[in-house]
Amino acid sequence: MKKQGKGIAAGFYPSGMSGGGDSSQAMVKVQPDGSAVVTVGSCDIGQGCKTIMAQITAEVLGIDYEAVKVVNDDTDNCPLSFGTFASRVTYVDGLATKMAAEDARRILFEVAAVMLECSEDELEAADSQIRVQGNPDKALSIGEVAGAGTFGMRKFILGLGHYMRDLAAMDPETCECDPFCTLAWAASYAEVEVDTETGEVDILRLVNSYDVGKAMNPTHLEGQIDGGATMGVGAAMSEDLHPFFPSLEFQPDNLGDYAIPTTMDVPDMESVIYECPSTNGPYGAKGIGEMTANTPGPAIVNAIHDAVGIWITNLPATPEKVLRALDAKGA
Amino acid sequence: MSKVIGQRVTRYDGMAHVTGETKFVDDQVVPGTLTVKALRSPVSKGKVKNLDISAAEKMPGVAGVITAADVPCNAFGLVPDQPVLVNEDIRYRGEVIAAVAAVDEDTAMEALEKIGLDIEEQQAVLDPLEAMKEGAPQVRPEGNLQIWDGHGYRQVNLGDVDQSFDQADEIVESTHLHPSVEHAPMEPICSLAVPHAGPKLTVYTVSQALYFHLGMLCGILQMEPGDVHCKQWKAKTGSSWRHNTGYADLNYVGGTVGGGFGGKNDIMADHVAALLALKTGRPCKWRWTRAEDLLYSTFRGAWHITIKDAVTKDGRIIGRQMTSIRDAGSYASLNPYVVEKHCYLGAGPYFIPNVRVRGYCVYTNKPPASSMRGFGITPAAFATEVQLDKIADRLGMDPWEVRLTNAFRKGEYTPTKRVLNSVAMIEVLQNLAAKAGVELPGHLKAMASTQERG
Repeated sequence: MKKQGKGIAAGFYPSGMSGGGDSSQAMVKVQPDGSAVVTVGSCDIGQGCKTIMAQITAEVLGIDYEAVKVVNDDTDNCPLSFGTFASRVTYVDGLATKMAAEDARRILFEVAAVMLECSEDELEAADSQIRVQGNPDKALSIGEVAGAGTFGMRKFILGLGHYMRDLAAMDPETCECDPFCTLAWAASYAEVEVDTETGEVDILRLVNSYDVGKAMNPTHLEGQIDGGATMGVGAAMSEDLHPFFPSLEFQPDNLGDYAIPTTMDVPDMESVIYECPSTNGPYGAKGIGEMTANTPGPAIVNAIHDAVGIWITNLPATPEKVLRALDAKGA
Repeated sequence: MSKVIGQRVTRYDGMAHVTGETKFVDDQVVPGTLTVKALRSPVSKGKVKNLDISAAEKMPGVAGVITAADVPCNAFGLVPDQPVLVNEDIRYRGEVIAAVAAVDEDTAMEALEKIGLDIEEQQAVLDPLEAMKEGAPQVRPEGNLQIWDGHGYRQVNLGDVDQSFDQADEIVESTHLHPSVEHAPMEPICSLAVPHAGPKLTVYTVSQALYFHLGMLCGILQMEPGDVHCKQWKAKTGSSWRHNTGYADLNYVGGTVGGGFGGKNDIMADHVAALLALKTGRPCKWRWTRAEDLLYSTFRGAWHITIKDAVTKDGRIIGRQMTSIRDAGSYASLNPYVVEKHCYLGAGPYFIPNVRVRGYCVYTNKPPASSMRGFGITPAAFATEVQLDKIADRLGMDPWEVRLTNAFRKGEYTPTKRVLNSVAMIEVLQNLAAKAGVELPGHLKAMASTQERG
């Protein structure tokens, strides 16, 4: 018999290293033509670090996204970063990049203030121009400013940024401490169909809801959510590096036996985004890279319970475990 | 107003990825590169009684063989407890005992067979629950439990949990096992180390933390001028290696990684490739097979999580006790950090005024587990969210209601007394219901994170 059920799960996740103390630096160099190069030491492991740093640089300097190059490829040239983990890059490198771009913009304003005969605080950077706010006639292209600054005034238009959270002071008995930058929030909803004869579970629908502070790039965000959910489906349904734990005897040594989900194993996924800004992140952003794998799994397990009344307490929920649990329940 | 932030701009390196232009480590071609293969332990625990590399070294086509004697500082990691190459004690099946650099893969494989190896096998412990018991086989000389502030666990204590159990209408208990999980990135572990005439080494790496590993490799390569390693380098390159190996001596090259998921936060191949490059004076590439990657790379260690909750009739969780046991495998790697993160936030996105968490990091004779996406929070989310439905089930309450009733609100605090200021648990659940087509009752729709708890 096939029985359907629904389940939910909720969660949250911190941005940056828990316990603090992690560092990222950034450099933004404005070229004589007004384009920019941002250099960071964090890796792009597929999450889109390069895109986000280019977006932040373009936003601060008021130039096109396409006018920004990103360099992140070695330790001789790139500044310090602790690395790409702990959902920290958009938040920590993002803050460092924003500071660096603002520092470079400050130099551009110094140059433009002389050229436009105004004060630096009257200026804004937008539409590839440095201009007096509210006075479109007093405007220069960013290329004119960068060129004049570089060659006329012998400036090096290089901005620097460094963000590092203090190490959390911790009480050893209670663990009382402030261990994280900010929290993002998550919830998942799953509908499943359980075949009580074979123990197979078909995931019919998966909906994911997130607070991300600020959706820096909605396309990247949706990709991250769907990709993480797929990983959550794998851990819930099929992935087990040590079957018959704790034995090592049946450890899979190929991707046929170690079953990560294929597109056939995941349903169409829907997501909904909420923006509750972080108090300190760049543009209010929060990191959500890791947490997207956390709530889909328990939502599926809860949906299996709703469908057939069994609790799967030992992942993954293989057909064998479902059948054994049904037997134990006496169904 | 944002012009670029919040926009669906094209992925910066997307076109390079889909056209195959992006260069990963194995795409780097340096003329004269040697192929590296490793001799791995066939047993989970034992002592190396005899290791004879002389026949392998003499084989035509073999440029160099390294053992523990070739490693200047044979201990690395955040807690530097892991040898690059086995000294004497073998702590997991697959641990690297020696490595060969040869002109091609066949020669390297043949050379491995010529290495003489005698091992005295010992009783291993693979089950973390067994490893915690007195008299269990010792995985590491420091003991089978990670120690924090004199305790064999990391603890969080908020309020009075025992009193909350006395005050509860219901006590709900459950135990969950989250299995070991592999990162399985598209790009397996690979490293290419290229020596230069000056005291310089370029390492092409899959690392997702370049500076982290740069520092670690500097630590491994600490050489004293005049010692055997420096003499070897001088003989091969004609130049000297400076005292106190530092960042200026190495360049870590990477930054674009074919998937990491936390599986590339630990050095797994760079040290061996670098040591062979130093010994042979030639570029050395160590590319793991998919089988090696699945069997011996780091992974998400399994967790046993037991939760006991004090609950009132109206669905409030007033106390939570969590006892969580992490199977860390044989070395620290990032396991202690994984357990710490679990303790800070493992109790979940709910305001529970009395919380006691004990997180154990237990060493066993498995390959070292380490970070994976979500660290210690992913397994906690599985255990605590299934537990929430068990609570709802026991009380005859709707799963939405029990979550919304307990969800954090602005100004409330986590088990480590961190006061929360950017809170959206209630809104995220309400949005989820709307998107899923679930009609929440009016009193749940009217809730907001900014409302004070009544």
